[in-house]
Amino acid sequence: MIEKTVAELSRSLSRREISSVELTKAYLERINRYNGSLNAFITVCEESALTQAAQADTARDNGQTSPLLGIPLAHKDIFCSSGVKTTCGSKILHNFTAPYDATVVSRFKEAGAVMLGKTNMDEFAMGSSNETSYFGPVRNPWDTDRVPGGSSGGSAAAVAADLCAVATGTDTGGSIRQPASFCGLTGLKPSYGRISRWGMIAFASSLDQAGPICKSAEDAALMLNTMAGIDTKDSTSADVPVEDYTAELNNSLEGLRIGIPRQHFAEGLSTGVEQAIQEALNVYRELGAKIIEIDLPNNHLSVSAYYVVAPAEASANLSRFDGVRYGYRCDSPVDLEDMYKRSRSEGFGDEVKRRIMVGTYALSAGFYDAYYRKAQKIRRLIKQDFNSAFQQVDIIIGPTSPHTAFNLGAKTDPIAMYLEDIYTIGVNLAGLPGMSVPVSTVHGLPVGMHLVTNDFAESRLLNVAHQFQQNTDWHRQRATAFTEGH
Amino acid sequence: MEWEAVIGLEVHVSLSTKTKLFSGTASVFGAEPNTEANIFDLAMPGTLPALNEEALRMAVKFGLAIGAEIGKRSVFDRKNYFYPDLPKGYQVTQLDFPTVGRGSLAIALDDGSEKQIGITRAHIEENAGKSLHEDFYGMSGIDLNRSGEPLLEIVSDPEIRSAKEAVAYLKKLHAIVRYLDISDAIMAKGSMRCDVNVSIRPKGSTELGTRTEMKNINSFRFVEKAINSEIQRQQDILEDSGTVIQETRRYDAERDTSSPMRSKEFANDYRYFPEPDLLPVEIDDAYIDAVRATLPELPDAKKARFVNEYSLSEYDAGVLTATREMANYFETVACGSGDAKMAANWVTGDLQAVLNKNNWDLVESPIQAERLTMLIQRIKDSTISGKIGKTVFEVMLEDESEVDQIIESRGLKQVTDSSAIESLVDQVIAKNAEQVQQFKEGKEAVLGFLVGQAMKLSQGKANPGQVNQLLRKKMM
Amino acid sequence: MAFDKTELEKVAQLARLHMSDAEKDEVAGRITDILALIDQMQSVNTDSVTPLAHPLDVTQRLRPDYTTESNRRDELQKLAPRVENGLYLVPKVIE
Repeated sequence: MIEKTVAELSRSLSRREISSVELTKAYLERINRYNGSLNAFITVCEESALTQAAQADTARDNGQTSPLLGIPLAHKDIFCSSGVKTTCGSKILHNFTAPYDATVVSRFKEAGAVMLGKTNMDEFAMGSSNETSYFGPVRNPWDTDRVPGGSSGGSAAAVAADLCAVATGTDTGGSIRQPASFCGLTGLKPSYGRISRWGMIAFASSLDQAGPICKSAEDAALMLNTMAGIDTKDSTSADVPVEDYTAELNNSLEGLRIGIPRQHFAEGLSTGVEQAIQEALNVYRELGAKIIEIDLPNNHLSVSAYYVVAPAEASANLSRFDGVRYGYRCDSPVDLEDMYKRSRSEGFGDEVKRRIMVGTYALSAGFYDAYYRKAQKIRRLIKQDFNSAFQQVDIIIGPTSPHTAFNLGAKTDPIAMYLEDIYTIGVNLAGLPGMSVPVSTVHGLPVGMHLVTNDFAESRLLNVAHQFQQNTDWHRQRATAFTEGH
Repeated sequence: MEWEAVIGLEVHVSLSTKTKLFSGTASVFGAEPNTEANIFDLAMPGTLPALNEEALRMAVKFGLAIGAEIGKRSVFDRKNYFYPDLPKGYQVTQLDFPTVGRGSLAIALDDGSEKQIGITRAHIEENAGKSLHEDFYGMSGIDLNRSGEPLLEIVSDPEIRSAKEAVAYLKKLHAIVRYLDISDAIMAKGSMRCDVNVSIRPKGSTELGTRTEMKNINSFRFVEKAINSEIQRQQDILEDSGTVIQETRRYDAERDTSSPMRSKEFANDYRYFPEPDLLPVEIDDAYIDAVRATLPELPDAKKARFVNEYSLSEYDAGVLTATREMANYFETVACGSGDAKMAANWVTGDLQAVLNKNNWDLVESPIQAERLTMLIQRIKDSTISGKIGKTVFEVMLEDESEVDQIIESRGLKQVTDSSAIESLVDQVIAKNAEQVQQFKEGKEAVLGFLVGQAMKLSQGKANPGQVNQLLRKKMM
Repeated sequence: MAFDKTELEKVAQLARLHMSDAEKDEVAGRITDILALIDQMQSVNTDSVTPLAHPLDVTQRLRPDYTTESNRRDELQKLAPRVENGLYLVPKVIE
């Protein structure tokens, strides 16, 4: 049962083949068994999860129905959850019990979902391997010597090992899509503004977006139905009508124009991944789609621009962690300056400090134009590239990551880590919706295909992903070490 | 050498919204520490700003009142610095695209002429909290109630040339924001604060000297004193062939001196950038017109109308329109009593004196407009004389009773009964035979003395006209 | 652009981060590498390009001015390292 998709579990629950309490217990049992080796959860909410499950069962008895009623899920530890420890993977918040719910969290509560716990992540979502977490690295269920990707690595590992049915994540430069790719899952980063950021601890405000990490595109649609929508508490949440994202899943792809960016099939892409994507494209050809080569001429600058914009915004967003009102404060500070400097230096990890430094430098007097302003101009160029591409095609497809999951400790150079997100970062800079869908395995490790559509065209995106999954079963492949009964 | 001062003011006004600039937390003065500091105000992780529409409306209202360009697209920026009373580690303000652009304001100079002072801009920003330096085990206490309150920072051009002009400018700003009802603008309470930039240069020079800044001066009088003291200090330095250092100084009002503030180890670098949690604020002509329609009559227009409508002197009209409360008070009395001239005299004279003496605000005056109106009516209908009016006024300060009751109970009613007056007159004529004789010999001036004697005898209550008439008649 | 130790100290001060002397060289080296990556942007002429600050091309919504929050001081101050009499305590603030 635990390996099923949300859509399937939802049907089983409504047919009373299983209760939410039974299901929740099954996942909690697996968490107990496997979390020690995977380190996917920072906090497990056993008691409250069982209470919520019982409430969901009662609600169902009382005639309530909702696709997520009684579904056990996990939230990335970046979402504030009232009364529950919320750490953002950092020592500076290791003792922080959030005093309120993120909008995403409260929407799932209202939908009757069960929160199993909070998942591990790169500290403040800064990382692509989940190795920067203060709570230790997360391991990839497909091969525990390998990373699950990041920053939503805990969510991806938890779903891939069936420790929960589905999980939330956030994506600033690829943090949903890359771990989904490394763990053989379906990950959706919606358009910027599609989901409220209220209660989602900010890394880079103009790039951050929440989304689900799931076992299928259909699940992603169900999750988005609950997560999407305007929120008066988030000025940057979009006033764009929320569709039923499941409505167009079964639309035909006949005549679909798929754009293949030349720049995404160039140097740096591993042959195994390239082959897997080419084979996936053949599936689409058979479904009646046309493949068109396109150009994203400024894509190679996306990492450069991103490493100005994201650290700059982060440097300010992380100033609030000063040891005054909450969070970590150093022992016996000698004066105010000492309190600031030691609390922050002891509370933040190396990668976070590096990015704060880079961002501070990029905004400092004399460098603003050369860095921040320049990066914003590059951002415009990148957005324009996508705009012209979408004049020609309906969707852009390429690899999510240049290769499959790498070994823990393999990438010690920050630059090498930054280049992990070369295919995904441009989408964040442009604010577009993107997805990663498993399309193959290479040497027993999953390969992800990256799909991108125009602003707020999530229905189309999910439709294209779902049609692939209707005609293949890559999304059904599981990490064998953690499959049931193993 | 003759020197000229170049002064610019940055005035912070707390906007009197019900809630904070970016959160729905109440914004009321004087609450218990940190009871008006909620999750956003404390910069809890994950919280986001939502702009208060009233703060924007108030800023636009101010802009229209000073004839400023209104920013149809304004942008909020983050100003980064660490301070315990700044929870986010940045202040949200408007750097390049403020809501209020260039405008101006007229001040009256001593010679009666008017001077326009340019206003560079006015932008919306967040207030910081308060650090309390009482000793808490050698630590400071932080109260964040004020944190996130909306401020309007109004920046003048460096066109002010003396401390007096600076005060006139401040008073005018004060009057305008109070007329607009966008702030109570009480300097003592911090809802209006003033930073002063001062430099001096040889008169006739067009170059600017090195300026110094004095922050957070909290009364009109101190602004005047601080500027004069700073002008003198700079003059002493320059005349001694020294150089003025560009710095921020703290003014000590008690000792009337200023001293440099601790210079930071590293200069501040605020690293401004557009606030990504907020989008550009756009307003259209319809919005601006709607705000314009709510503008009250402003001090200058009111003054002109008072001169025209009530035939007041420029000076009196100026005094009476200094605050909206005063102007309303005056108009209530003028219309109620039907005698604007008399109303103006009472308000600018006796009432003003009492307010000054007791350091009262107009609202604190025991004599509100309705009672003063009644007093003037009683003088006009001859129930009491003008002189007795002064007595009644004094009594009214202590006694809340109705004017008529005061007159009645204290027997202050004017004597108009002709037999009573005749008896007074007879007594005066009997007692002052010499003066009566002089009058009969043609010495008219003596009449005044005799009337005075009769009035004295009546304790001021006799109708002087009647006394005068009857004396004349009897001495013929 | 070289990011030397002086630059690093200036930036660390602005960001209120403490670095030991041992760390400084390593961090400065890492940041120099990152700046080299960033500097790839400089290869493109963007003189005529308008900066894009935000992916959403919409304008700010306004919030009605009424109170939505209530006093939660006691609960919220439980999260703080040090409070006294309703105040957050910090080492002495010197102006």
